[in-house]
Amino acid sequence: MPISPNSPTSSTGRTRVVIQLRDVTRVYQVGTEQIRALDGVTLALHENEYIAIMGQSGSGKSTLMNLIGCLDRATSGSYHLDGKNTTEMADAALAQVRNERIGFVFQSFELLSQLNAIRNVELPLIYAKDGWRSRRKRAIESLEHVGLGKRVKHKPNQLSGGEKQRVAIARALVCKPSILLADEPTGNLDTRTSAGIMKLFDTLYAEGQTIIMVTHEENIAAHARRVIRMRDGRVISDLPIEQDATSQHLSSESDRGTES
Amino acid sequence: MKSLLWMLIALLRFLYQSIHLALAQIWANKTRSFLTMLGIIIGVASVTAVIAALSGLKAKILTQVETFGTNMIWISPRQPERGPMRHANFWELRFKLQHFEGLMDHCPSIARFGKQSSGGRQTVSHRDQSAEGVRVNGSEQACHEIEGRTFMLGRPFSVMDEMQARQVCIIDSKLRDTLRLDRDCINQKILIGHNPFIIVGVFDPKPHSPFGEGDSEDHEISIPFRTNLKLRHEPWIWSIAESASSEASEDALAELRFFFRRTRGIKPGEPDTFKVESLKNALDTFDKISAMVTTVASGIVGISLLVGGVGIMNIMLVSVSERTREIGLRKAVGARRSAILTQFLIESVVLCTLGGLLGIGLAQLLTMGIAKIPNAQLDMSYIPWWAMTIACVFSAVVGVFFGMFPAIKAARLDPIEALRHE
Ligand SMILES: Nc1ncnc2c1ncn2[C@@H]1O[C@H](COP(=O)(O)OP(=O)(O)O)[C@@H](O)[C@H]1O
Ligand SMILES: [Mg+2]
Repeated sequence: MPISPNSPTSSTGRTRVVIQLRDVTRVYQVGTEQIRALDGVTLALHENEYIAIMGQSGSGKSTLMNLIGCLDRATSGSYHLDGKNTTEMADAALAQVRNERIGFVFQSFELLSQLNAIRNVELPLIYAKDGWRSRRKRAIESLEHVGLGKRVKHKPNQLSGGEKQRVAIARALVCKPSILLADEPTGNLDTRTSAGIMKLFDTLYAEGQTIIMVTHEENIAAHARRVIRMRDGRVISDLPIEQDATSQHLSSESDRGTES
Repeated sequence: MKSLLWMLIALLRFLYQSIHLALAQIWANKTRSFLTMLGIIIGVASVTAVIAALSGLKAKILTQVETFGTNMIWISPRQPERGPMRHANFWELRFKLQHFEGLMDHCPSIARFGKQSSGGRQTVSHRDQSAEGVRVNGSEQACHEIEGRTFMLGRPFSVMDEMQARQVCIIDSKLRDTLRLDRDCINQKILIGHNPFIIVGVFDPKPHSPFGEGDSEDHEISIPFRTNLKLRHEPWIWSIAESASSEASEDALAELRFFFRRTRGIKPGEPDTFKVESLKNALDTFDKISAMVTTVASGIVGISLLVGGVGIMNIMLVSVSERTREIGLRKAVGARRSAILTQFLIESVVLCTLGGLLGIGLAQLLTMGIAKIPNAQLDMSYIPWWAMTIACVFSAVVGVFFGMFPAIKAARLDPIEALRHE
């Protein structure tokens, strides 16, 4: 497969490449069987992009997100983050990358139940090298940023689902990461709360935050500027949101035609 | 220099935070943590209390050494453990006057020597005042010198008191007050039983003797040795001696043994029917015994710390598995393996050290308890600082040792798998 710079829109074509995946595979060995969760993915993602990754369950979205978030390593291929090859990095260096450059938001929030909001948000700063002096201040700022300035002392069980996810987003943002990764961030939320979270994402994007999110809901994906569709561990389409909508329409028709 | 200081502050901060976190975790599972610590608490408490008791005994003996010096020697009859005399009664074992004849000539390492005899318990009275059950001792004047007795009033027995078996006595100030004698009671007359005695001296209070019987004696009255012999038929006799120097103490003991074996007619190969004791050999014996007790106690504490440690390991494994998602999350936000490892290691060390501290607290209570046991010579029991330090260090080491495996397990967890854990 030829390596193309993958610039879907003319507007992002000018900005810096943050993530460069080249022919990445991720193979799981289950007994004697090999599962190719990612099967040759090549992607370039730029600064201040707003990307939605879509696909059916099991198509490899989470695997891709974990890889981008440096939680996992590719079986083959290369991954450059901010121009640095992460494939060759040691575990400790990857931990530092996760800490400094990546903000991860999970479907199930992953807050520590015994800690209040501030302490949850502080967590990445604890592992940052020079974090401790202004830790509290930064945590509160981050909570205010996501609209939870009045809930800073609450523990997770005293917060609603939407508020929990906001705390998680505050935690992801507290180290000012290059990219915000969100794996089905609204998966555990009702429609109204989801809309609130998406509004927050839109604001963050408008402020210049690079966002990559996984979703299987078209109306959530509609917030993004670029949509990447996956199937069986491969990227099957990668288009700006406007073109994606039309192609989606067409491909669903052609699918019907070929599969029958 | 400045960066070094900075690093130190950062380290302290880190320790403070880790310990705080660990304590919070322990507090969140109070009951479980306490039960886990129990093994360590009991182990540390029991061995520390034993050490406290031994230290108290040793301190007690040392204060006696201070009072009496190491030169003092006690000689008294003792039933042997074997040989023909092993069933002998005390009457058969008693010292007779001829056993002591020529002692100073045959024992060159002995500087002073004096005999004492029991005058039994008597009623002592003055006019219409009386004291019952007062222990009366017949003592040669040397005994008072060896014991270092000092006088509040009057004088010690003179050579003539002894030679002529005069009916004179030395009392203590408590007896003087009980009998409502004058403050200066010298030359006043009292009755011991039915015999009139003249008071020639008043003792300062008696220092405690480790081997003498009446430690908590209320009243004390001393009469010349020969006077007691005259008044009582064949009283119970013992004696005290003093070696010329503490270096000569060993020789003195050997000479005395040799001498008494001959005068008491003990055949070669048969055991002694008396004991010759100095504070020095009591101290040596005590050190031997206390080393033995400490070894046994250390063995016990070793076992209980092992059991406690396995308990800690178990609970830490439970903790790691309960907090798998937390570990995954911490790794996802940038915790390195070393950070996770330290977190769990510190938690187990804090748990164990807390157990150790509680154990020391319990030992303190136990020590206060045993110090109150009457007549057990344990009133000076205390926990020495080194015992506390060792208890804490040992607990911490147990924490590191048994916490290592669970901590490594936690550090090795794969973040994604950990986050997927139910
Ligand atoms: N740890 C794993 N072991 C084995 N197979 C896995 C593992 N994680 C994911 N997979 C497989 O990889 C494929 C992609 O999974 P995933 O990335 O979670 O899909 P998605 O997030 O798009 O639903 C699936 O077939 C899944 O079963
Ligand atoms: Mg998924």
